[in-house]
Amino acid sequence: MEHAMTLTRGIGFGDLVAQRTKISQLSVATENKIEMLHFGFHYGAFKAVHDVTMAMPTNRVTAIIGPSGCGKSTLLRSINRMHDATEGAHAEGILRLDAMNVYDAAVDSVLLRRRVGMVFQRPNPFQLSIFENVAYGLRVLGIRHRGTLAERVEQSLRRAALWDEVKDRLHSSFGTALSGGQQQRLCIARTIATNPEVILMDEPCSALDPIASLKIEDLIYDLREQFTIVIVTHNMQQAARVSDFTAFMLMNREKRYGELIESGPTDQLFTKPHDKRTEDYISGQFG
Amino acid sequence: MRTFNYRRRKLTDQVMRGLSALATGCAIIPLIAIIGYVLTIGAGAMSWSFFSDVYQPPSSAPEPTADKPAPAYDPNDPFADISVAPIDAAGNVDPTVSVYNAAPRGGVLHGILGTLTIAGIGLLFALPIGIFAGIYLSEFRNERYATIVRFCCDVLSGSPSIVAGVTIYVLVVLQAKQFSAVAGSMALAILMIPIVTRTTEEMLKLVPETMREAARGLGAPVWYSTLTVVLPAALPGIVTGVMLAFARGAGETAPLILTVLGSNVISMDIFKPMAALPLLTYRYTESPYPGENTQAWGAAFVLMMLVLLMNILVRVATRKAGGNSR
Repeated sequence: MEHAMTLTRGIGFGDLVAQRTKISQLSVATENKIEMLHFGFHYGAFKAVHDVTMAMPTNRVTAIIGPSGCGKSTLLRSINRMHDATEGAHAEGILRLDAMNVYDAAVDSVLLRRRVGMVFQRPNPFQLSIFENVAYGLRVLGIRHRGTLAERVEQSLRRAALWDEVKDRLHSSFGTALSGGQQQRLCIARTIATNPEVILMDEPCSALDPIASLKIEDLIYDLREQFTIVIVTHNMQQAARVSDFTAFMLMNREKRYGELIESGPTDQLFTKPHDKRTEDYISGQFG
Repeated sequence: MRTFNYRRRKLTDQVMRGLSALATGCAIIPLIAIIGYVLTIGAGAMSWSFFSDVYQPPSSAPEPTADKPAPAYDPNDPFADISVAPIDAAGNVDPTVSVYNAAPRGGVLHGILGTLTIAGIGLLFALPIGIFAGIYLSEFRNERYATIVRFCCDVLSGSPSIVAGVTIYVLVVLQAKQFSAVAGSMALAILMIPIVTRTTEEMLKLVPETMREAARGLGAPVWYSTLTVVLPAALPGIVTGVMLAFARGAGETAPLILTVLGSNVISMDIFKPMAALPLLTYRYTESPYPGENTQAWGAAFVLMMLVLLMNILVRVATRKAGGNSR
């Protein structure tokens, strides 16, 4: 664990891989936060994801990579049942969060989302002040006490590395008035304010410039001390930089659904992929 | 070849542009003509007393002043109170100062207050129903039910206003055996509800799905995210719809004739007949007295200004509410 925390940023790909090996050796003992067993997902008659069996370990970053249309966003969003509002969307197989089957009829999706927070592709702050944006999830939980709110908001903004930039205009500035990168960090602050157990990130840097992306990556790196993070990304370098585990998905050309090709510790997947298709993808031969 | 094509393209562009501009001009001619005409003629009725006074019967007698007090009441004179035309020594009536061409007297304060009350109460009925119906259609829709409701709304907003008047006349006025302001408000509410419902629905649908997703991702139930995120984002548009509904209600005449009847005095009892600006316009237009005809234009002008003023006030208020954080 010590190695993981002292890792410096901005080093070469090879160095990273070398250091990651140590992390993966450490992480053998960790338990799984999320487990999928023959999990699939349909939109009506259309099957988007087929037969995924994998695990996402506690307090680790798991990256899902793959070309566009391979079902990685669908898989991510199925973890906190964001598809519930979509007509005809349904799951098959088992998706477990700790011991709970997420798609059990008895599970309330609203309560589930309080345990599994989400950060979206485009920063989507509310038309509210910076303070109210972060306090939103807390108010949903019924927290009304001013002191508690202020404390939790400050704490979340600090953890999202945004506090120093916005502390003077918490109430006077709209969340939507911030820059793109700041907005995304605000959205992360908003998500961690309620202390979820898992944070899902759907390509959180794809709408940001490289510097803002790096800040978000640093943040993800720090946040995994407390949260289990699942991140979908197009960017393989990003997956290599931030994640401990990686899953590679691909669309089956005949059946038109997304399937899991392989998953494993990031260093292993990037250096010694088991599958030829993974190797082709990470070496940039297609996708 | 190239030059020819280019010229033709330029020419077609100019012709089409000219035609569009012409059509636009034609479309706003009626608006400008109406506003101009109402302004020109209505201006003749404008005076301080027009806004501060209520109905005064037409009279040729001069307004009493300090040095010329009103003449003492003469019980033998049946016209003493109202309209005794000055008679010269020979006993002839002076036609230049007869009742028929006397200057306008009195004002429309009762109409202003009446219209604000009736349309205001109508809006109170229509707002909660319209906004919640709009929320249902946009956020919780059950497609078949929603299609039916949407269709009914469109039919209702296209139907003649007198239908709403007759309905309330039969259901409320005849049952209570009493014309009343609140009956008028109900008739206006029937006309306002479809406008508020449809605008609310359309404006809510314009709020990006990502806003709802963000709230959903934070574990907010649909009703909570609708009230705290979606509705505030759509508020300016909804306010426009509400103002449109208010303007429609304030300008309606037909349903009011059948429900509030009208009044010559300031009456604030909503269970009794009340005055309203469109009713005054209607009645003064039919009046044989030229002074009252002028006042009809004046009342129309005041009605227009009232709607405009309400519009500006509400817009300023909502912009302020939107610009500050809680």
